[in-house]
Amino acid sequence: MAHDTAHGKDPIKRIWFVFALLSIVTIVEVILGIIKPAFLIENTFIKMKLLNWIFIILTIYKAYYITWAFMHMEGETKGLRRSVVWTAIFLVCYLVTILLVEGDYIYEVYRTGHQAWDF
Amino acid sequence: MFNHFPFLHGVDAPMYYVALMTFILIGSSVTMVLAVDAGHHMKQKKVILYMFLTIIGGAIFVGSQAWEWKNFINGEYGAVETHGGQILQFVDNTGHRVALENIAVAVPGEREQHQKKNGVWYNGEKELPTYSMNEIIKGFEAKPEILVRTQILDENGQKTILSREESLAKLKAEGRNIVEGANLKHNEYGTPLFADFFFFITGFHGFHVFSGVIINIIIFFNVIIGTYERRGSYEMVEKVGLYWHFVDLVWVFVFTFFYLV
Repeated sequence: MAHDTAHGKDPIKRIWFVFALLSIVTIVEVILGIIKPAFLIENTFIKMKLLNWIFIILTIYKAYYITWAFMHMEGETKGLRRSVVWTAIFLVCYLVTILLVEGDYIYEVYRTGHQAWDF
Repeated sequence: MFNHFPFLHGVDAPMYYVALMTFILIGSSVTMVLAVDAGHHMKQKKVILYMFLTIIGGAIFVGSQAWEWKNFINGEYGAVETHGGQILQFVDNTGHRVALENIAVAVPGEREQHQKKNGVWYNGEKELPTYSMNEIIKGFEAKPEILVRTQILDENGQKTILSREESLAKLKAEGRNIVEGANLKHNEYGTPLFADFFFFITGFHGFHVFSGVIINIIIFFNVIIGTYERRGSYEMVEKVGLYWHFVDLVWVFVFTFFYLV
């Protein structure tokens, strides 16, 4: 396994650094989730609350460290990294598009129908 | 709804426990990396120690998940479901939720559960809820400080609390049955769809954690009996480690989309 010698730094030290980083990010997320700052909830960006944007970005940040450090993706060749990451990104984009376009289909059927349903 | 913490009854602890679960899972991921690293250096004793810690962390996580499911399924306050499937919750005049048991008054002559052994023998019915609609309505009339909270959001994003007259009218006209806790069809905390998604996703994830723990245990015993020492490589530890990190990675997303957003 070539990645053992790929990075010269002490791997144990790096593991604990990543653990501290992930913990801090999680604590920040939980604190934000509990206090829910008003201006982050009232303001939106592309129809989504800023708070949710922050949560999703921090989550991707954590996912990056888990895959890169724990699953030692950083030691793999560029081709493997790209084929794994871009495949996942395309799949997620596809699923998000489907949800955004078709997610309220059933709601629309009910809403434009002639029977009361929300009572 | 995720405001419980073990051994702290009646204490409002929003998300503390799920945050702790997250730390435990990330921590077990860390010990897994340490086990893999020790395997690279062929240190059997260290691999054993770190894999043991990983298994313990995973087991604690699955247990916590089960505990949380128990809370969610049993519910806390109970609510009334309308004919349209909406949830009506009860709050006092300070906006805190009131449990059904503090509202209901005993009404004599309530019906019993129809069991297979009575009447038409092959027709049973499901367990009756603790209180009947009639008991709740009678109790609600007797307690003037209790109001109904609907699921409809006002302009500030808060759930609407009806006035006393509206509450009573709504309860009588539209209330259909009592909901206690949550399952795939009813959810006293809100829409059944959330309960469906929650059980589906956390159930799948919990199952993966469980299978991960099992696989870890198998490899753990292999390490103890020296299989990889003889083989000259701890690559199997690395493989189960990848699976374990994958489960952790999924949890990071589940945590965001089910507890935070």
